[in-house]
Amino acid sequence: MAEEKHHITSYKTYLLVLVALIIFTLLSVTITQIELSRWATVAALLIAGIKSTFVLLVFMHLKFDLRIFRVMVGLIISLLVVVIFITMLDFLFR
Amino acid sequence: MSENKQHDAQKSYLEETGGRKGIFKWILSTDHKRIGLLYLYSIMSWFFIGVTLGVLMKLELIAPGITIMGAQSYNATFTVHGVIMIFLIVIPGLPAVFGNFMLPIQIGAKDVAFPKLNLLSWYIYIAGSILVVSSLFAGGGPPDTGWTFYAPYSFKTGTNMLPAVLGAFVLGFSSILTGLNFLVTIHRLRAPGMTWLKMPVFPWTLYGTAWIQLLATPIVGITLLMVIGERIFNIGFFDPAKGGDPILYQHLFWIYSHPAVYIMILPAMGAISEIIPTFARKTIFGYRAIIVSTLAIAFVGYFVWGHHMFTSGMSGTALFTFSILTFIVAIPSAIKVFNWVSTMHQGSISADVPFLWAASFIFVFMIGGLTGLILGALAVNVHVHDTAFVVGHFHFIVFGGTGFAFFGALHYWFPKIYGRMYDRAWAKTGWIIFFIGFITLYGPMFYLGIRGMPRRYFDYLPDYHGPNIISSLGALVMVTGFVIIVINLFKSARSGEKAEMNPWGGTNLEWRIPSPPPLENFDEIPTIDKATYKYD
Ligand SMILES: [Cu+2]
Repeated sequence: MAEEKHHITSYKTYLLVLVALIIFTLLSVTITQIELSRWATVAALLIAGIKSTFVLLVFMHLKFDLRIFRVMVGLIISLLVVVIFITMLDFLFR
Repeated sequence: MSENKQHDAQKSYLEETGGRKGIFKWILSTDHKRIGLLYLYSIMSWFFIGVTLGVLMKLELIAPGITIMGAQSYNATFTVHGVIMIFLIVIPGLPAVFGNFMLPIQIGAKDVAFPKLNLLSWYIYIAGSILVVSSLFAGGGPPDTGWTFYAPYSFKTGTNMLPAVLGAFVLGFSSILTGLNFLVTIHRLRAPGMTWLKMPVFPWTLYGTAWIQLLATPIVGITLLMVIGERIFNIGFFDPAKGGDPILYQHLFWIYSHPAVYIMILPAMGAISEIIPTFARKTIFGYRAIIVSTLAIAFVGYFVWGHHMFTSGMSGTALFTFSILTFIVAIPSAIKVFNWVSTMHQGSISADVPFLWAASFIFVFMIGGLTGLILGALAVNVHVHDTAFVVGHFHFIVFGGTGFAFFGALHYWFPKIYGRMYDRAWAKTGWIIFFIGFITLYGPMFYLGIRGMPRRYFDYLPDYHGPNIISSLGALVMVTGFVIIVINLFKSARSGEKAEMNPWGGTNLEWRIPSPPPLENFDEIPTIDKATYKYD
């Protein structure tokens, strides 16, 4: 394990991501001021999705890791998407 | 470990104490076999509490009106019975006990991938269990919501919800860590030559289970946190007055708790798939079909949760979708039953104790499974929803399925675990009494449910009296059988006849090492060159 090359991310990248995360957090707060009715949830989820993508790719190093890990995370996220989709079959058709 | 341990490799894991004394040689050991037994003993202890609560309920129901307790005590009794049985016993059950003990041996490894994490999982399990059981005794009285903690009542009731919910939350971590450990173990530690398709079925089912533990448990974790948030901060996730949605709670809860049924039943099916070929002296029928159906159950099992909510007011679209998916998920289970029966066909069957458990497992599991399809049908569900029928159904699946497989696995692997054989005549006596008691206890519930007796009521109309008497007497018979089984095993573990290496004539790796196994299982990691369950 020790011999493997590890990608080293610069502090600058981390800092940029942090700033982006803060901006998106502020955005998700401000967006509640706008009346979006049922799209409010969609907007909130979208912002949260972008934020977690950043965290996964950079902070959790998925971007620099083996492809297989990206595939597995992708599969798990698609499981989540299907579960949310099925839940929406209830919520949206009630 | 190190080279200088080689010379005493024949010492069994029970004699190898690592220099620790008394209880410390158990609670500080990272040996997967000792940890498996730690789980066995703790699960068995909680099981006594769970059974006692169950018996109290049956005594209450032996006659209409207040027999031994009133409504509030009854509500608390079935809640704590459910929480203990589900979260403390059947969910960890087979994976934590036999998975820990047998998985590394069956795949030819010296231990699980992360032995310390494994021990930590047990500590977390104990912490969670104590929290749950403490809800029985602390402050405002035991929780009374049912084990499902349905909103909005779960954040309105004044009873001890926090310890129970928090306990279930903590137990989830134990489950996740065990699942993670097993996944890595199966991926990384298989012996040379043990390709995926040479792996026995029990590890395969643990593999499917581990994915569910890893991916579904966090959802119930979040859900339980939301309940805690509702109780403490009044956030309103599930409160319509604040724009929340009580049905959202049911979705979230069952998104985990239906797959959790497969955490319970998949390893049970795995154990049965070990027992049947051994006692039929025949290669398992349709190995690949069993593997594929295992993974199919694990996968499709994620998408059927809504069948618990058919009367909750979901949309028609959702009702239809969940019903059809439920019917689909029954197919892989049926494939397995077909495979077990075909394995027995033209085999040379010896009806020894583990086989009796396995055969009766198939019988009760079929009843449980088929009544599940009755519940999965939309129109019929409206009639039997929340009646005794449901209680009968899930006890046939969870107790009849997981419970019978657990006892089967215990009797199958007992000589390997303790190096001693139990008294077979007593074991058979215990089994037949248990089996008769089981059918008598849960059988009448189907009839009562169809006649309309609701579940979770301490009282009932005089019309329902007869079947309730039969059911309550069945409970006493079953407990008698259970006591015989436990005493027999307990005595045999201490003073039973010495068992050989392979008392049943099994083919997998666990039967090729001494009973009880040495500390690191194998002197030398074996190389696997033939398919599993091969009889010559
Ligand atoms: Cu279900």
